[in-house]
Amino acid sequence: MIGLEHYLTVAAVLFVIGIFGIFLNRKNVIILLMSIELILLSVNINFVAFSSFLGDLAGQVFTLFVLTVAAAEAAIGLAILVCFFRNRGSIAVEDVNVMKG
Amino acid sequence: MISADLNTILPEILLAVYAMLALIGAVYTGKDKLAPALVWLTAAVMAILALWIGTAGSGTNPAFHGMFIDDAFSRFAKVVILIAAACVLVMGLGFMQKTKMLRFEYPVLVALSTVGMMVMVSSGDLMTLYMGLELMSLALYVVASLRRDSEMSTEAGLKYFVLGALSSGMLLYGASLTYGFAGTTLFSGIINAASEGHLSIGLLIGLVLMISGFSFKVSAVPFHMWTPDVYQGAPTPVTAFFATAPKVAAMALFARVMHDAFGGAVADWSQVVALIAVLSMFLGSIAAIGQTNIKRLMAYSSIAHMGYALIGLAAGTEAGVQAMLIYMVIYVTMNVGTFAFIMSMSKDGQPVTDIRALGMYSKREPGRALAMLVLLFSLAGVPPLLGFFAKLGVWQAAIAQDMVWLVVASAVASAIGAFYYLRIVFYMYFGEDREDALDAGGSPILWGFLVVSAFIMVAGVVNLFGIEGPAAAAAATLVN
Repeated sequence: MIGLEHYLTVAAVLFVIGIFGIFLNRKNVIILLMSIELILLSVNINFVAFSSFLGDLAGQVFTLFVLTVAAAEAAIGLAILVCFFRNRGSIAVEDVNVMKG
Repeated sequence: MISADLNTILPEILLAVYAMLALIGAVYTGKDKLAPALVWLTAAVMAILALWIGTAGSGTNPAFHGMFIDDAFSRFAKVVILIAAACVLVMGLGFMQKTKMLRFEYPVLVALSTVGMMVMVSSGDLMTLYMGLELMSLALYVVASLRRDSEMSTEAGLKYFVLGALSSGMLLYGASLTYGFAGTTLFSGIINAASEGHLSIGLLIGLVLMISGFSFKVSAVPFHMWTPDVYQGAPTPVTAFFATAPKVAAMALFARVMHDAFGGAVADWSQVVALIAVLSMFLGSIAAIGQTNIKRLMAYSSIAHMGYALIGLAAGTEAGVQAMLIYMVIYVTMNVGTFAFIMSMSKDGQPVTDIRALGMYSKREPGRALAMLVLLFSLAGVPPLLGFFAKLGVWQAAIAQDMVWLVVASAVASAIGAFYYLRIVFYMYFGEDREDALDAGGSPILWGFLVVSAFIMVAGVVNLFGIEGPAAAAAATLVN
């Protein structure tokens, strides 16, 4: 029997993979964008699982909002990345270093 | 019913509709030729909305079943946000024209992010919170990389985007746990789940993740790493915008969630907020010492100032929220003046950001140097000026809650921080007169903002221009 805790575990694992993908990845900015999507998807799994478990629709409505915003976010991220590539000629994470911080 | 709801949210609708009409209108007609007029028009619309919200609103009006709340707190924050955004728009106009980066999208994006800020300070539900926050952030990512042909500006945008999206993700994960364990997304429902004095473990994790997300938006340690790079890389008018309106909005949202949704468990979050405040103050004060780029320096300065403002929130009382609101108003006023000065720093028409170029500035421009001196002393918190009274307010709120260690720590941090503000004063009055010294003169608009801001720092000591009353009313509606 698959219960709430199984869904929450999957979501937590995806969330952690996403966070680690952002901090450990040294290669490519696209992978950062994928990690961000992964985090948002783990949140969606959480919301749908809780929504179904609680018998409350608000969580599923929230999921639709998150999906919409994630699409807008990816579009803006890729647009900024294209501008960056035009100026820098590279999208390697280690090349994002004009300013030291 | 629905018409009453729409009436409550009317200012946001008007600004959003205005932004979209302005976008379509400019695309189909003059495009960038219309940009200066659009900047003035947007600033005027914001000023009118601020006046309207400030004078017409009264009482607490929840709309859409409590998902959106119009109360004294949100009205206070909205007026500050709108005025700050309008000032920064007008102020940056000359700079953007001179550096040829004025595009008609700029005022439109600023207006849209302002709509996001207005929604988030009024949020009464996790969904409203998220939509407002994202509307603000998505517009800010784009304005950070407004200068598409500059390596620095696009890099600033990219860094801000990646780290901002990560913080939204953490905030959302916290929101999902909060929803699951409280059973509702409404703040008024969450507070019931948290009212037995302490939180269940799921709610606690949700709370901590949401605090991380907010810390990111207010650029508090340990989520501050984007601030110096984004401040340095973004065009100066955009940096001025980042340093003012979004900070007020994020801080107001932070206070609203902490008190409206988790007000039943003050002890659970007050220590976390106090820790974030102490770390921000010290990091902001110490890391700024080695900086020579004035925009980077202002980034560390804003990290430190957010630390001081968070002391008010950490107190967890009505007086604390009031002190925090007053602190934010004073902080925004100081920053508007300081950035007006930074925008006027130029050499042969090129913007300069190195503070060493200010050597003996007082000899060529005594008036500007004096106004900047007042602002820097105020930022450092030197007693007779308004910046000191801002700090005094949060200290009083913290002492009332027996948080003496927090006050001592912040006094030490502000003494350390005074060094780098005074170093700029040193360069202006006693530095060496270098060959690459700054041009004299500058636009009268910047001069006006600089002088008015400095004047407020001196004259505001008398009665704070009466903002104490509205701030107290705002705090009273939030904390109960």
